[in-house]
Parts: sequence; structure tokens; C-alpha cells
Amino acid sequence: MTGHLVSRLITGLVLVPPMGILFSALTPSQGVWEHLVTLLGPLFVNTAWLVLGVGTGVLLLGVSLAGLVAYYSFPGRRFFEWGLMLPLALPAYVLAFVYVGLFDFSGAVPTYLRTTFGLQSFPTIRSLWGVVLVMTLAFYPYVYSLTRNAFTTEGARAMEAATTLGRTTINGFFSVSLPMAYPWIVGGLLLSLMETVTDFGTVSIFNYDTATTAIYKAWYSLFSLSAAAQIASFLMIIIFVVLLVTQRILPGHQPPAGHNESARRPIPLTGARAWFASAYCALVLSAGFFLPVIQLMVWAARVAPDDLDGRYLGFAWHSVLVASIAAIVTCTTAFLISVDGRKNPRTAGVTGSSLATLGYALPGPILAVGLFIPLAWVDRQIVSVTEYLFSWKVGPLLQGTFMGAVFIMVVAYLIRFMAVATGAIGNAMRRIPGSMEESARSLNTGSTHLWWNLYLPVLRGGLFTAATLVFVEVMKEMPLTLMTRPFGWETLAIRIFEMTSEGQWERAALPGIILVLTGLLPIALGIRHSDHARY
Amino acid sequence: MSNRMGRRLCLALAFVSWSLPVLGTAVLAGEGIVVYSARNEPLIKPVFDLYARKTGVPIQFVTDKEGPLLVRLAAEGTDVRADLLITVDAGTLWQAAEQGLLQPVSSPTLDRNIPTPFRDPKGRFFGLSIRARTIVYHTRRVKPADLSTYEALGEDKWHGRLCLNTSKKIYNQSLVAMMIAATGTEATETVVKSWVKNLATPVFSSDTQVLEAIAASQCDVGIVNTYYYGRLMKKSPGLPLALFFPNQSDRGVHVNISGAGITKHAKHKDQALKFLEWLSGVQAQRLFADANMEYPVNEAIAPTPEVAAWGTFKRDATPLVQAGKLQTEAVKLMDRAGYQ
Repeated sequence: MTGHLVSRLITGLVLVPPMGILFSALTPSQGVWEHLVTLLGPLFVNTAWLVLGVGTGVLLLGVSLAGLVAYYSFPGRRFFEWGLMLPLALPAYVLAFVYVGLFDFSGAVPTYLRTTFGLQSFPTIRSLWGVVLVMTLAFYPYVYSLTRNAFTTEGARAMEAATTLGRTTINGFFSVSLPMAYPWIVGGLLLSLMETVTDFGTVSIFNYDTATTAIYKAWYSLFSLSAAAQIASFLMIIIFVVLLVTQRILPGHQPPAGHNESARRPIPLTGARAWFASAYCALVLSAGFFLPVIQLMVWAARVAPDDLDGRYLGFAWHSVLVASIAAIVTCTTAFLISVDGRKNPRTAGVTGSSLATLGYALPGPILAVGLFIPLAWVDRQIVSVTEYLFSWKVGPLLQGTFMGAVFIMVVAYLIRFMAVATGAIGNAMRRIPGSMEESARSLNTGSTHLWWNLYLPVLRGGLFTAATLVFVEVMKEMPLTLMTRPFGWETLAIRIFEMTSEGQWERAALPGIILVLTGLLPIALGIRHSDHARY
Repeated sequence: MSNRMGRRLCLALAFVSWSLPVLGTAVLAGEGIVVYSARNEPLIKPVFDLYARKTGVPIQFVTDKEGPLLVRLAAEGTDVRADLLITVDAGTLWQAAEQGLLQPVSSPTLDRNIPTPFRDPKGRFFGLSIRARTIVYHTRRVKPADLSTYEALGEDKWHGRLCLNTSKKIYNQSLVAMMIAATGTEATETVVKSWVKNLATPVFSSDTQVLEAIAASQCDVGIVNTYYYGRLMKKSPGLPLALFFPNQSDRGVHVNISGAGITKHAKHKDQALKFLEWLSGVQAQRLFADANMEYPVNEAIAPTPEVAAWGTFKRDATPLVQAGKLQTEAVKLMDRAGYQ
């Protein structure tokens, strides 16, 4: 039962900031609401449009690309398999800035079109379609990576059965594989949409006002944290209900790939079809990765002579160190919670796993204060208790020491990114039929055996995907890092913040490009490993 | 038996994963002055380093946005770690002071070095550099004689020719707050509405974008902080842009401060005050203001030659506490006027 207890405790821990925010929401915010109410309607409508647009976009790109690389072979497929994950390494706000920089009226592309072709009217990117485009490119890899995971682990039999029954591959895909992959697709979609709804950085670059705009207006401009907490709580509750409903609708178990089943052979595409497939993948990857990376390199090259120095080694090292620790901690924890949810479906069940993902349903800075307020309180208690007991005045233990601060930082990431890890691991768990555990148990196999020989091998692919996603997310994360880091501790993301806080986006390109390049390695490694996994 | 092993494995995994971060070296935070800063690291670190070299007093700092920094100060309460709060606008300092997060100090040095409008009358915060928000225009499409005041940018002749940064930026909130202080809510709202009517394109999210849009002839005039202009012109000196200092025959150009205040429960109050006094002196002023092409708050020190080349101008001398007091009203007014 230890595992059960541990996972309970962790779920409780994840709930601290959301509860903190709900608690601050209880404080009345005088005078602010009368004003906010007049703004909220249109802002929520804007958020709804964004959710609709980005949701459609990531589904179309993510599922089609995953299907293409999983079922067919065409020139460049082996590269695209992991290459299509690359946009994950780019923070969405960086992608947004590059796009506005390139395609706004004074940007390079419209300027070129005006001077060369005399083309005067160019649709402004600082609008709904621009935000949808950028967010789709930034977030489709969630859907892509999880869906591809589903397609590659479903085994050859499902499609074989469909094709022997006289269905074409396309037909079989839509009637068999796609429905089987629903939990993965929905998992990826929910992650993208939670990012979309709670995003502030990207929408503010486009100056596209959403519900989060009201949160920041209440907090930063009208100085009412409680009003901000109220709107954030409202958003969080909506997200929670959506999570709960989808968890209940989706099927629990999934037919697994048989142990001795041969891997499915991709169908070769020929001629124009093959080139079309390659061109499609290349187009998405260019728009979501190569184009912005080239632009960042150009900017970075301009500022590098002045800005690049030995400290950047330290920034990169800090980023990698903390992202690795957070990835290990978060994935181990998510693994424990999934196994626990599996063993105790009644007590740990769907509500528990939805609760554990709430850290992702709050905007970053709001989550940061939701964590910091209780944390500072605990620290104050520690200080006064030690003073009382030993008449010895200590500094705050958790924030005051380097060790304590790093610990808190990792806890913060764990709370934030549990949703990302459970998305990948929880789905892989669905591949284990209940019968497998039963037969293992009936053979009197001990639970250690069960862990090592059943859960770990089956979940290996999911664990690698989860670790990659969490690693890259932590590298990019800004508000939690700002608030919980030890004094003087800088990461690449913090460096980006230092430059952008005074609008120096081109100088931010230097830490930006180093962050992207550092994030590439784990993406390449993570995907390779998840493919080598047996399932 | 094996069940127990399973439990152990589970415990071991949990223990290893949770104790990993603790394996790092434990370094206790040392003594010295602690600063929370909304002014970014490249602009403050050289100043801190110089002070540490001169006096041997180390300065530890952490940067973040204003909102989270205020929450942090409030949450830490009497056990606050910061001795000094540095921000890039007066409104936030005023808000921090009103929330009881800053303490009043009296210092003849500060009073001498910092002109009255740029410090809190109660001594809770002090300006360290001045940021002027002024009009920028396209040199080939606009004659400076056509320009006069911020308010006049709402005239019909600017229809479809004005570019503005978003109202979410504190710079615009302070500008409008000071307009309310000078001309009242009603007149200001009329002006802001006329600006919105004159916009050539939806508002931008940075002053640099406003400058670039004017340079590309998407619009002809805009309102920006001078150092953004300085920064862009340094990079591309050929741009057809120039600054105009408005309202010279009435209240003067709107200015804000980057400033600091000593926290209510500062552990090193005396050291922090000495540091603050040093910051208002000649050597630190050079470094603090020049790093970002801002104006030194201490009038004994001239701005750098490149900043001085933009010309001299009359500053709005209304005490900056007004920017704090009227900020909420300014935000609401801009929302009503449809200024995004």
C-alpha cells in the first residue's frame, strides 16, 4: 500500500497551488469586478475562437502527420519520424515573435513584396489567424507524438484484419486504427488546448486579448490578485470538468500488440504521392522549425559578438540539469500514480488522475504565486518553531538555501508538468489488458516481478515520450523558474526573460537559439528510444 | 515476501526521485544586501558589481516581473529576504508602498540628489533614472511644425496615421494617468477615444514595433519611450525617424522613473540606505542611466552626448505619485475608450 500512499501524497501536493488560488479567490476584490465584468464576455469569446482554431489545427496536422509516418514509407520518412517533434524545442512566444517580426507590415516578407512587386495589401498577422497559425505550429507535436505512439504500438494485426476483410488501407485507417487511437489523440489535444487557454506570452505578442488577458489586467494593472485568482479559478474549473468528462467517455483498456506479433511494415508510396507526402512533412517542419530557427540564428549572429560569453555555458548547464532532474522526478511520479490508479481503480480512479493534472490548467505566473504563498508560510512556521525550540534564529530553509530552492523548483515543475507526463504514460498503460496482470498473478508472480517484467517494458515507449516532453517543457518554462530559482541562478529561459522584459527580442535570440539546440538532443534521443521499445 | 519487495522498490524509486535535487551542494545564502528587481539583469548587474568592488558589500538579487515580486514581498512578510525593491515605473513603487511593503526613510543625500517630483513625499521610494515618453514621427512625411501635444494626436488630420503601443503597458497607463491628473477624466477620455479613432493599425505590443511601423510608412506618428528610439537608431542609423517633445507650452513631456524603495522588514536597512544614496550619486548615476540611454535623475549629471543630441525639453513636474494613484482609473478609462 506504500505506493498508494505515496501517489496519494503527491496528488495532494499537486493540489496545493490550485487550492491556494481558489483560497485567494475567496477574498473579495472591491471595485475591480464592476469593471472586469464589462470586458469578460468578448474575452471569453476570443478564447473560444482560439480553442476552436488551434484545436482544429493541431488535430489536422498532428493526426495526419502521425498517420503518414506510421503507415507509409516515403523519401525522408526516417528523419521526419522524429524531426516532426522539433518544433517542441521552440517556445511558443519565441515562434510568435519571429512570425510577427517576419510577416507584419514592417517585417521582411511584406517589405520585400512591397518593394519588389508593389503588393500593398497584406493580411495582418496580428489577428486571430496569426495566433492560430503560430499556436498550431507550436502545439501540434503533442498530438503528433502521442498519436504516433498509438499507431506504432497497435501492432500489425488490427490493420491486417481490416485489409483482409476487403478494406483499403485508407478505409482501414479511418474505421480501425483511428478509433483505437482516440485516447492518445484526445490526450494530445487536451495538452495543446490547456496550453492555449492558459497562454499569455504568445497572445500578448499578437495583442490578441483572451480570458488570460483579464487575469493579468486584474493582477498587474488593477493590482487585484484576488480578482485574478477568481478568473483563473473559473478557467481551471472549466478545464477540470472537461478533463473529467473526457476521462469517463474514453475507453479504459486497449487491445495490445501481441508478444510475438511482427512489427507492421509501412506501405511504400511511389511517384507523385511519395513526393507529396515528403513535401507536406517538409512544409510543416519548415514553417514550425527551420524558418524560425534560421531567423533566430541571423539575429543571434548580430548580437553574439557583444553578448556571447562563458556564462552561457553555465546557463545551458543549469537548464539541462534542472530539466533532467525534473523529467526524472515527474516521470517516476507519474509512473507511480498510473500504476496506483491501475491497481486501485475505485479509489485512485479518474478523478484522481484528473486532479493530478490541474497544475497545467493555470497560467504559469498564477501557479507560481499559488505555490509561493503557502511555501512562504511553511518557511515562516519553520523559522518560528526552530526559534521557539532552540532559541536559534535560522533563515528560511526552503527558499533561503540553495538546496531548498532547487528542491522547490523541481517540485514546482512536477506540479506544472504532471499533466504532460501522465498523458503519455497513462495511455501506454491502457495497452496492458487486465488479463495480463491476472495471469501474472495467478502464476504467483510477485509484484516486483510485475513491475520489472510487465509495467516497465510495456510503458518504456510512453516513459521516454513523457520524459522528452517534460524535459523540453522545463527548458522553456519561465514564470515558475523566475519565482522559485535560487539567487543568482540563471537558465537559458531566464536569459530570454532578461532580454525581452525591455523588448530586446533580437538579443533574446541568442539564448533562444541555444535553448533550441540544447533541446534537440533529448528529442532525438527520446524518440529513438521510444521506438526501440518493444511496444 | 515478494509483495514486500514491491513496496520496497516503490519506496526506493520514490526516495531516489525525490532526493535527487537534494544531492546538490548546500550553499547557505551569504550576508550582504538582497535586491528584488523588475529592472533586468544586464542593466543592474554592472552597478551592483561596481558597488561590491568599491565597498566589499556583496549584493544578491533576483529578477522577475513586478506583479510576482510584490506577491513575493507580501507573502514573505516579516521574514522578507529583500532589502530593496527596484522597479521600472513609479506606479508599481507607489502600489508597493500603499500595500505597506516599503518603509519610509529620510536622507539628506537622497533629498539633495533627487528632485522632488521623482521621489515619494513620504520617503518610501526614490527615482534613480528618468524615462521620457514622447512623440516620434516620420521625417519625410511629417513636418515637426504640425506636431504640438499628445492631445493633438487625436485631431482629424492624423486619421489613419497614428501608431500606438498597447494599453497593457505600464508606460501608457502612466501617461494616461498623468493626463488625468492634468486635465481631468472627461477630457482625457475624449482624447484617448480620438487616438483610437486615428489608429492606422491595431495597437502593437512593443515600442520598437511602433518605431518600425513608422519607419515603414505604415503610419506617420506614434508615442514611444526615448531609449527605444535610441536603441533602434543605434542599430539602423539611416531610419527616417525623429523625436518631438510635446506639450512644451503647458505641462511638459511625460516622464516616469526607474526607482527603488527599502522594504518594510529589511534585514540590512542601513546598508540598503547607503547603497541607495550611492545609487543617486555621480558614479552610479552614469552607469545606471547610460546603460539604457535613460536620463540621470540627479540633475548634476548630464545625459550622454547621444541622448543629449535629441534635444532638451521641459518635463512634466507633477509628482509621480499621481501615476500610482490614478493608474487604476487610467486602465479603466482606456478600456472604456476601446484602447486595447
